[in-house]
Amino acid sequence: MKLLWFHLMPYTDLPDDFTKKHPSVWVDIDSRLFDPAKAHAMYNDFMDELEFAAEIGFDGVCVNEHHQNAYGLMPSPNIIAASLARRTRDCAIVVMGNSLALYNPPTRVAEEFAMLDVISGGRLVAGFPVGTPMDTVYCYGQNPSQLREKYLEAHDLVMKAWTEPDVFAWNGRFNQLRYVNTWPKPVQRPHPPVWIPGGGSIETWRWCAEMDYVYAYLSYFGYKLGQATMDGFWQEMDRLGKDRNPFRAGFLQFVGVAETRKEALEMYREPAEYFFNRCLHVDARWANPAGYSSEATIRARVASQVVAAATKASDSVAYGPPTFEEIVDKGYVIIGSPDEVAEQLREVAVNMNVGQLMMLLQFGNMNKELAFYNTELFAKRVAPQLKSLFEDKWEDRWWPKPMAREERSNPRPVVVR
Amino acid sequence: MTAAGVKETHVRIGGEQIRVWEKGTGEPLGYFAGLGGLLAWTPFLDKLAERRRVIVPSLPGFPGGGLLHKQLDTLSDWIICMLDLLDATGLGGQALAGHSIGGTLLAEVAAFSRASVKRLTLIAPLGLYDQSEPPGDPFNRRANEVAALFSAKPADFQKERLTPPADLSADDMTEWTIVQVRAIEAASRLLWPLGDLGLKKRLHRITCPVKLVWGAEDRVVPASYAKKFASGLAGPTEVQVVPGAGHALDFDAPEAAKGL
Repeated sequence: MKLLWFHLMPYTDLPDDFTKKHPSVWVDIDSRLFDPAKAHAMYNDFMDELEFAAEIGFDGVCVNEHHQNAYGLMPSPNIIAASLARRTRDCAIVVMGNSLALYNPPTRVAEEFAMLDVISGGRLVAGFPVGTPMDTVYCYGQNPSQLREKYLEAHDLVMKAWTEPDVFAWNGRFNQLRYVNTWPKPVQRPHPPVWIPGGGSIETWRWCAEMDYVYAYLSYFGYKLGQATMDGFWQEMDRLGKDRNPFRAGFLQFVGVAETRKEALEMYREPAEYFFNRCLHVDARWANPAGYSSEATIRARVASQVVAAATKASDSVAYGPPTFEEIVDKGYVIIGSPDEVAEQLREVAVNMNVGQLMMLLQFGNMNKELAFYNTELFAKRVAPQLKSLFEDKWEDRWWPKPMAREERSNPRPVVVR
Repeated sequence: MTAAGVKETHVRIGGEQIRVWEKGTGEPLGYFAGLGGLLAWTPFLDKLAERRRVIVPSLPGFPGGGLLHKQLDTLSDWIICMLDLLDATGLGGQALAGHSIGGTLLAEVAAFSRASVKRLTLIAPLGLYDQSEPPGDPFNRRANEVAALFSAKPADFQKERLTPPADLSADDMTEWTIVQVRAIEAASRLLWPLGDLGLKKRLHRITCPVKLVWGAEDRVVPASYAKKFASGLAGPTEVQVVPGAGHALDFDAPEAAKGL
């Protein structure tokens, strides 16, 4: 299986009374809380962590896009990915991803992703999220009633821009371009693997199946709630006649590992509480603008126990954050010794049939030292117990196919005489 | 269910069935409802229908308006759709009244097509945006703040307009939710994010007589916007401010319909 290292890049210095004094971590968060000098250190620490994860053997490193918030400091993940393309050698660079409807014209995404793929020698995974309501309709002013249509059109345009060798005109509903001729084109032909981050809508499952994309369920609420969603996903794949190749599916999981469970509980309490309290402190008024969810999804949500449970979990965060005990008991964060964590993650992967496991090993206000410790212990003592899972039976058709190692450039070391 | 004396018919626009209610006799008056639309005939409409034949087509995506909004991407799409709706209901060239977003669309129609409107009544229309006094945001309120934003009688409004009937089955409850959400989505589709459609540049094209009616306690579009509208209009203009009414003037002050 693939083990990936995901960074959300949270702002780590929100005050202790943040949730009492401020209504939201997103959209209208008080920008006076942002200290550029502190953020300088955060970004550089975070990039050290990503580079360390790549160096120590994670299969891929993941970054994503969010706006106007202290939950994740990457309005442009492509900037971080560009640096990773130069500072890492072999790991996949998973940009999870670019919210297509926010780019005008969307060929900008075709261009930047192609640049990343070319610079990295074909190591890019292209993620295409719709984007959260906060990011898309509030921060970027997108019309909630047109967002999905715009997203789907932008996707079609980007794919054509990557795969069509001749100059073409695009006469879309939202984009009109007389001359499309994306330059550069990606190294990976016909295009980099596409992963779609989703929240459990049946339409997204069907679309991923139809397009042969990876569906990545990015939940903060762990494998216990994720199980029901992934069961739904695989039932839908069965219905559509698709195989149960676990590499079709990705899942996000918080992990905290230490020599013993007791130590781990002590070490990861504060960053876990910071994340589930402060980072998820999103004002309910940003939660679900009319039109953002399709009517089919609303119908399914009302009918489905699964999503109701997930919604309840998110509500509990919105209306009163979980305690650390709940965070651990409910599996939001998997905590333990290397063997305990490996055992639980094996269960997670097998039960949910997920081959692309994205780990959050830095979360909340976790400092660099602890993030390195968590990452190293995971890479050395947990990963070896999981690596071979699924590999004998299934081919990962959704993994980057880079240029041969010897054909790829090595950055010239900076030498000052 | 249709109320006593109300005739319900349908017209077809863009392949969608659009509900049309009608009541009363006399001079025709086309009425277009505001944000949220009409789930049921109201006392306000009854009063309007006392002296006239009131014809109430649903707006695209609003209750009774199908999924027509999904076909409308631009302001010109909306205006053409309104002109189709006026043609289909025989309301072209008649006296027209619109509340909130209904008023917005009628003002646009009047600016683009003078012959389509004989006389306009605009009740708290959206469509202008003054940075020094921005309208309220009707889309992102927390659920428990909606009633107070829209109505000067929030407890009653919550009970009668925002609460589903008690005896709904699970399926009907789902559909009730869908209809509510769809109406907000349809309004968003036209008005997102600020409700400024550029109408200010076109107000001078409106030359028919206009009556502007505003709730004194409107928190979506403050009553001061009556002057902002009036000063841009080219024809004879009358302003009436209704005390004790919020943006949902039809709910808060149904008796105001008598003066329209």
